[in-house]
Amino acid sequence: MKELKIFGVITFFTLVTYWGVEPLAHSIFHPHVEPADFQFKDLEAITTTTNSDVAKGKELTSQNCIGCHSINNEGISAQVDKQTAIDNYGVFPPDLSTAGLIYESNYLANFIKHPVKAGKLEHKYDGVNKFYIMPDYSWMSNEDIHSMVAYFKSIAPTKLTNKEVFIDACGRCHNMKYDKVKADSDVTKVMGSTPPDLSMIIRSRGEHYLETFINDPQKHLKGTAMLRIGLNESAQKQVIKYLEEIGDSKKAEREAIAPYVLGFLGFMIFVSLLWKREVWSEVK
Amino acid sequence: MAHFEKARSLGEWFDQRLNTTGFIKVMMTEYWIPKDINFLWAMGMILAFTFKILIISGIFLLMYYKPDVDMAFDSVNYTIMQEVGYGWLFRHIHGVGASLVFLIIYIHMFTGIYYGSYKKGREMIWLSGMLLLILFSAEAFSGYMLPWGQMSYWAAYVITNIFGGIPVIGDELVVWIRGNFYVADSTLTRFFMLHVFLIPIAILGGIAFHFYTLRIPHVNNQKGEEIDFEEEANKYLTGRKKVSKVIPFWPVFMAKDVFVLSVFLFFFFYLTFYHFNFAMDPVNFDPANGLKTPAHIYPEWYFLWSYEVLRGFFFDIGGLKAADIGLVAFGFAQIIFALMPWLDKSPTVAPANQRPYFNAWFWIMIVILIILTIYGKLPPTGTNAWVGFYSSIAFILLFLALPIVTMKEAEKTASSIKPTGGKH
Repeated sequence: MKELKIFGVITFFTLVTYWGVEPLAHSIFHPHVEPADFQFKDLEAITTTTNSDVAKGKELTSQNCIGCHSINNEGISAQVDKQTAIDNYGVFPPDLSTAGLIYESNYLANFIKHPVKAGKLEHKYDGVNKFYIMPDYSWMSNEDIHSMVAYFKSIAPTKLTNKEVFIDACGRCHNMKYDKVKADSDVTKVMGSTPPDLSMIIRSRGEHYLETFINDPQKHLKGTAMLRIGLNESAQKQVIKYLEEIGDSKKAEREAIAPYVLGFLGFMIFVSLLWKREVWSEVK
Repeated sequence: MAHFEKARSLGEWFDQRLNTTGFIKVMMTEYWIPKDINFLWAMGMILAFTFKILIISGIFLLMYYKPDVDMAFDSVNYTIMQEVGYGWLFRHIHGVGASLVFLIIYIHMFTGIYYGSYKKGREMIWLSGMLLLILFSAEAFSGYMLPWGQMSYWAAYVITNIFGGIPVIGDELVVWIRGNFYVADSTLTRFFMLHVFLIPIAILGGIAFHFYTLRIPHVNNQKGEEIDFEEEANKYLTGRKKVSKVIPFWPVFMAKDVFVLSVFLFFFFYLTFYHFNFAMDPVNFDPANGLKTPAHIYPEWYFLWSYEVLRGFFFDIGGLKAADIGLVAFGFAQIIFALMPWLDKSPTVAPANQRPYFNAWFWIMIVILIILTIYGKLPPTGTNAWVGFYSSIAFILLFLALPIVTMKEAEKTASSIKPTGGKH
């Protein structure tokens, strides 16, 4: 009984210390932020308030987009080669084949209309002294923009692997050294800083932080040059899954052997208790 | 040459040459420990075992680790964590073990303080233990640098910088410790050497010495009772085991230890598999970058209390610079526990709950240490800075008051005994 009391006292002080240096400290380092918003409610409702026409969207896309962008799964290749694009713009405009699958539709429409606004980068590109690489399409009607989004959705594949989503969504700026993925553009000049390698980001930030960070980087890192990329919920899940597959590749193994080790130690507790009782019955 | 008979068994062969039976008696079966103990008396063996775990896991990590600023991070996070079979397990064990070893060290240490196990002949046990605390701290600090993550780098930067505050030689000393003007490859390589060679060797020696210091004054017991070990051992050996106040190290003491150890290991491996972030700071999974200061720099939890004493003095007082006062206070915090046997003026060896004044002193000390630990991690701004300031002062005053508190207590105890003329 006395020993249980001592154990209780030690456990209490240990837990208070733990609470102070872990949960409490982290809640102060990372103040609570609103949960991820996959509807991007701050943006204008475009796709929900207008009708769309895939054929028209296709026509508009070929008139407005493919000067810079390729659409590989439609057999449309880029008008400029990669190196020239990088030399001129600092980045290589992304291929649009999968845009309809991985980006939330209304976000995509808003991005076409006002890339800087949808990406929450107004603090970086004021449109007077500094311009974003992609121009606004705010002169287009909402209905036309919606039609292009509908077209992207119609040509998008139905499924991508986690890695493919990562490459399309993140891989133009970020390296993934531990999976030999190299960013296809060096955006240091355009962004003002080098985007970090993401190999260990799942361990350094954790799933919980990444969930809200990818959804809206400004929430955690006010003023960052990373744009809000507008992934829909399932695409973002795939990205985080991929980060985990690379940065925490032994998670499954860890969780698989844990019960055996703990089971063995539980058995040890039992056996050693019996031994202790046996030995001490002679002396006490 | 000595005379040797032909041995009749392998055991006898060794016994003739090494006196194994004598050795086992002295070290185990007739090494006497008081019977009146609780599970806190198992902490020493738990520490020895955890240190063994750290050595073994460390050896496996050492086979793949590369002490070079360009390779260190990847050798840990890619080669060890992902490529090598169960490399992640060894790293998690090593990281969690390094943290838990301090939890147990602190429990072990506060057990010693609570039961007064540092006085009346036990001073060397206490001092050798304090030496081990310093060695373990150096070991932890040097090891923390090796993964070469953001916290490795910035902790190394901040801590080596502290030496710059030492008068006259400070600046040169910092350069000498780092091997460069900033924390660089030379710093990493020398701390690698310290971590895997010099300090572990010193710890092994320190542990052996710590065990040896127990031999003459013997282990304390739950009541602080003085025991005639020879007489009690005789009782035990003549079969009066239940009457005897002592038990042999093997198997009786160890039977209890193994049980406590099993419970501890269950907790240890639960953390290793499921709850390791407290010991392996996520920030350290960002590669070291000397141009990018992390938003919050803090040491591991076990250094926080003394770190808070260092930074608790955040403003200049009477012409003294804040950093200098902090450094002096930090130095004070580092050595003051070692002086416990001389700060405690009461001759009574008894658990704190039987000592009126010391009991209060002990629990206030624990609370202040926990406050310092928690505020050592929080950003030192606004109220936090003041909490740090006042608790640092409280910590210092507490130790300055200890001789007075214990002297008063001794007087009180003496006067309460006199009237009856009773003997203690």
